[in-house]
Amino acid sequence: MIHPTRPIAFLVALGLLLAQPLARAEPKVTDFQLDNGMDVVVIEDHRAPVVTHMVWYRIGSADEPWGRSGIAHFFEHLMFKATKNMPDGAFSKTVASNGGSDNAFTSYDYTGYFQRIAADRLDLVMGMEADRMKNLVLSDQVVATERGVILEERSQRTDNSPQGLFGEQMNASLYMNHPYGVPVIGWRHEIEQLNVNDAVTFYERFYAPDNAILVVAGDVTPDEVRALAEKHYGSIPPSGRPPEVRPKEPPQLAPRQIEMEDARVRQPFMRRAYLVPTYDPADPKESAALSILADILGDGLSSRFARALQLDQKIAIDTGAYYSPSRRDATDFSIYGVPAQGVSLDQIEDALDAVLTDFIATGPTEEEVARIKRLSNAARIFAQDDQSSLARLYGAALSVGRTVAEVQAWPDVLDSVTVEDVRAAAEKHLVLARSVTGRLSQAEME
Amino acid sequence: MWMIVMFRARLAAGLAVLAVLIALPAQAVEIQDLTSPGGTGFWLVEEPSIPIVALEISFAGGARHDPEDRPGLANLMRALLDEGAGDMDALAFAEARDALSARFGFSAGRDAMDASARMLVETLEPSVELLATALAKPRFDPEPLERVRGQLLASIAQSATEPDSVAGEAWSAGTFPEHPYGLPSDGTAESVQAITRDDLAAAHGMLLTRVNARIAIVGAIDAEKAGWVVDTVLAGLPEGKPFAATETNIAPPPGLTVIEMDVPQSAAIFGQKGLYRDDPDFIPAYVMNYVLGGGGFTSRLMTEVREKRGLAYGVYSYLSVRDEAALYLGSVRTANERMAESLDVIRGEWARMADEGVSEDELERAKKYLTGAFPLSLDSNAKIARYLVFMQEEALGIDYLDRRNGLIEAVTVEDIKRVAARLLDPDALSIVVVGKPEGL
Repeated sequence: MIHPTRPIAFLVALGLLLAQPLARAEPKVTDFQLDNGMDVVVIEDHRAPVVTHMVWYRIGSADEPWGRSGIAHFFEHLMFKATKNMPDGAFSKTVASNGGSDNAFTSYDYTGYFQRIAADRLDLVMGMEADRMKNLVLSDQVVATERGVILEERSQRTDNSPQGLFGEQMNASLYMNHPYGVPVIGWRHEIEQLNVNDAVTFYERFYAPDNAILVVAGDVTPDEVRALAEKHYGSIPPSGRPPEVRPKEPPQLAPRQIEMEDARVRQPFMRRAYLVPTYDPADPKESAALSILADILGDGLSSRFARALQLDQKIAIDTGAYYSPSRRDATDFSIYGVPAQGVSLDQIEDALDAVLTDFIATGPTEEEVARIKRLSNAARIFAQDDQSSLARLYGAALSVGRTVAEVQAWPDVLDSVTVEDVRAAAEKHLVLARSVTGRLSQAEME
Repeated sequence: MWMIVMFRARLAAGLAVLAVLIALPAQAVEIQDLTSPGGTGFWLVEEPSIPIVALEISFAGGARHDPEDRPGLANLMRALLDEGAGDMDALAFAEARDALSARFGFSAGRDAMDASARMLVETLEPSVELLATALAKPRFDPEPLERVRGQLLASIAQSATEPDSVAGEAWSAGTFPEHPYGLPSDGTAESVQAITRDDLAAAHGMLLTRVNARIAIVGAIDAEKAGWVVDTVLAGLPEGKPFAATETNIAPPPGLTVIEMDVPQSAAIFGQKGLYRDDPDFIPAYVMNYVLGGGGFTSRLMTEVREKRGLAYGVYSYLSVRDEAALYLGSVRTANERMAESLDVIRGEWARMADEGVSEDELERAKKYLTGAFPLSLDSNAKIARYLVFMQEEALGIDYLDRRNGLIEAVTVEDIKRVAARLLDPDALSIVVVGKPEGL
């Protein structure tokens, strides 16, 4: 028989009950530093005999020399080429023939390399990762071939996609001075010019243990990791040079608008990006309030935007808001709306603004804030089921300057946010003068 | 929506297929084959270390049962399951789910409908009851129907401008002119526009039935409670009838089709007939594909197309086994002026494998990867639950985990030579290119 559907009142009552923090069975995380300055984080997960081994460098596209956009990502590809000790292509081949998989990624603030493999092969992959921190051998030929691959990657991700191109235009408009305005993959005309000298200079400048974080998650103990890390990474000399201080944004005084048209667009939409602070250890509550604000405005059907534009007015088929405090420098808080058929982008923008005006005047309800806290706490528990995600969470946080203690304190910071904190964050940061409003539409047919 | 992280390579759909073919070590997981008090069979793995439960249900039958004039029906139906159910409208349902911190996902495949849930032990009972309501009593109210229809229509319109989507649809249409696999499973603008509430109710009654359910549960839960979960989640569903599936011999038409689109990079889908899983050569073919195009950075196609020539970001091949068709498929995206060269290289590798098979060394490395990597794909409750359902879908048997590596170890270079010669034919490749390729 089917269980009778529970009345909503019961669920709401239950929800309020759950606003109390859930019991948090945090993963066991240990961190320490090698003598050469390399940070190490160990996340124990003994359910299966596997490990995720990652090395994160605190350098990303925002650390590239001006005019050499894309070199951080280009270089990441080159890390899979020959070293003094391994021939070209041997890295991934060795990982695979030991039953492992490997990959790498680049973002604005960091570049990461990882392998997933049986726990008893950690020694092997650590040895290879340490080898390529210093012993890479590059040539014109290798760089030229890989340039072709990366230009195809750019085509696939960006040039073949009007949404991808629009995102680049938005970022370039939002950041007047900070390198976050340059795409991670690089501008095409600059990728085309990158050469072996750019790669070698970048490598020698940034690839060193004192600019790196080792994260090992899985069926290992901190003692095992410490012994292996000292054996493989411990003897590599530090560079003694942290990444340079980046240019900062000047005060923004005027709202900006961009209108982009592309013949391939079938579904127009608008997005507004506000420049807002990232996580600040001196005031973590500010970014926690922004984080909750984004979810109240734009996460799911019960969010403010969805209820107003999708359920009540029926003028949008999709809406949302997002903010991630995981950058090193000031970042974007974005809102967007996708119009239903026959609805203009003006109507969408006006409706989103009306929601914001109302929100800033009255603030969220207690239940709205409680819902987001509840979901965040649950996400923390679900995240423990995924060893690689946990490793990424800690690696990314440490790469942008946070500590393990700060990561672990985040749920408590979220819990401490009040309805007034969220309202005040909206009033303070969702300011038109510090925003870019972009519209992507279909170009008229000739 | 806005990508900020660049990966060295995307994970292709083909790799997902590969992943589910990898078994896990028997010692790591103990599967219980159970029957609920209500008489429904299911598989359970008890994993008490995290206070969560993963539930996976796969209902045999899916988009291939969409009426001929209603492709996209199963997909629209699944998209509405959590948009109002029982006495809750869409908003009330969302609020109820969030109050429990439960996560539900529904998908419509060509051969199966999947429901998956991630639930906290703390709120397990009301979460299961809520999921049961979504499965048994979706409302298909006018508001969510029109809203979700609008989302799907926008997605269909946008897909028509994306070269890889267009190539995939054209390839399927060309291969299956008389079979539902030839229709887009997301539907067309016309068909999605035409779907009525009655259509949805009919599809729901036909596709979500007890007899077709394959169930796995993994997490901090014992057998008794799991039995309650199974009976509760299926309680409101009709018994239903099993669907017949016929293994066809359909092969795509050989040759090249070019569809013009004004983009800098062309997308190509290539493929030919493949093998069913019950074919005695399936496992050798699976190992062969790892060497040819399935093995990430190390495959022959990746080495020749990407690593040596820099022609593409990725190139992949995979065995696609459906209930009623067996295919061997691949994809590549290359600059317009280099597509002809990429396809030549791919055809060349197809022919080389057909003629020569693999070396002892290649086979050894393939076996080491395929047998060694399996725990990686099963290191979470959620992944194990999905894999257990896959084993049930394919009738591999509960002892498959113990047998699987032995099957791979038994493959010889002679086996691969035989299956490569039997299976691979560069002249049989059916290729669809979308873009402005030069010299084709």
